[in-house]
Amino acid sequence: MTVDPLTRSALLIALAVTTVGVAYGAMAASQGFPWWFAPMLGTAVLAASAEMLFLGLLAGGANPLLAFGAAALVNSRHLAYGMAVSDRLGRGPARLLRIHLVNDESVALALAVRDRDESRRALTVAGLGILAAWPSGALAGGLLGTVAPPEVLGLDALFPAVILALLVPALRTRLRTPLVAAMSIALVGATWAPAGLPPLLGLLALPLAMRRATR
Amino acid sequence: MTPTVLLLGATLAVVTYIFRAAGALLVARVEPGPRAQQAVDAAALLLLAGVMATTALTDGEGYAGTARVTGVAVAALLAWKQAPLPLVLVAAATVTAGLRLAGVP
Repeated sequence: MTVDPLTRSALLIALAVTTVGVAYGAMAASQGFPWWFAPMLGTAVLAASAEMLFLGLLAGGANPLLAFGAAALVNSRHLAYGMAVSDRLGRGPARLLRIHLVNDESVALALAVRDRDESRRALTVAGLGILAAWPSGALAGGLLGTVAPPEVLGLDALFPAVILALLVPALRTRLRTPLVAAMSIALVGATWAPAGLPPLLGLLALPLAMRRATR
Repeated sequence: MTPTVLLLGATLAVVTYIFRAAGALLVARVEPGPRAQQAVDAAALLLLAGVMATTALTDGEGYAGTARVTGVAVAALLAWKQAPLPLVLVAAATVTAGLRLAGVP
């Protein structure tokens, strides 16, 4: 049986997301959240890092409103994602569903594909894969509980590794310098900015990206 | 697990959907020119770069530890050398887990 490259990428992304989901579900369970909460939140929000941030801050004893504010702030990047893939969302009810599928990995895969129709398919298959994988992983993680802490298995390295692998095509273009600048700015921000804000600071490299795009 | 947390979780889902939909709707209305679309694509990639860097090197409270950082660095090298995605991911987790087993934080 042959699987086309796009579906293969989407399956691999789903597999990676499942393992990150296990880590997320295990973390939630170990902090005393009921088994259904992490999968349900994951299905409804479908943004991975926001759910982890929300539950992580709550578990750390943060004020719930503060945890919500940080998670909503980190998710404001979906405004830019929605803009970037607006023409790849189709029409009618399918568009409403695809909007929910817009997240880090699905957008990264869609932007890595040149052809418009293929790009839309990339967003759809990657997004549906994540919709299945993220809550399933969270459920499994919650049921496994603290049998094997996710850190022991190195699962916390998977999320950044997936995003990075998907960024490689863009890193081979003139956007390399702005992208590296965005990473650096976000990291500097992480030393002082409140939770939720640092990843967004990468946007400050946009003028640099636009200057390089015109040349 | 209080009703407040449940309510805030539901609100987070709604707010996130609104962000996505608003971005998509805005662009569909305005129909940006090629340069604006370029800016929007670049913005999405820059945000992904920010998400990647912070999740690779920090854990919300500070430095994520040498094990994870090395695992992601090895994955970066393999991805750059165009290794297949499964290999990249297995390497990231294996290197990180191996270093922790060896006592590296």
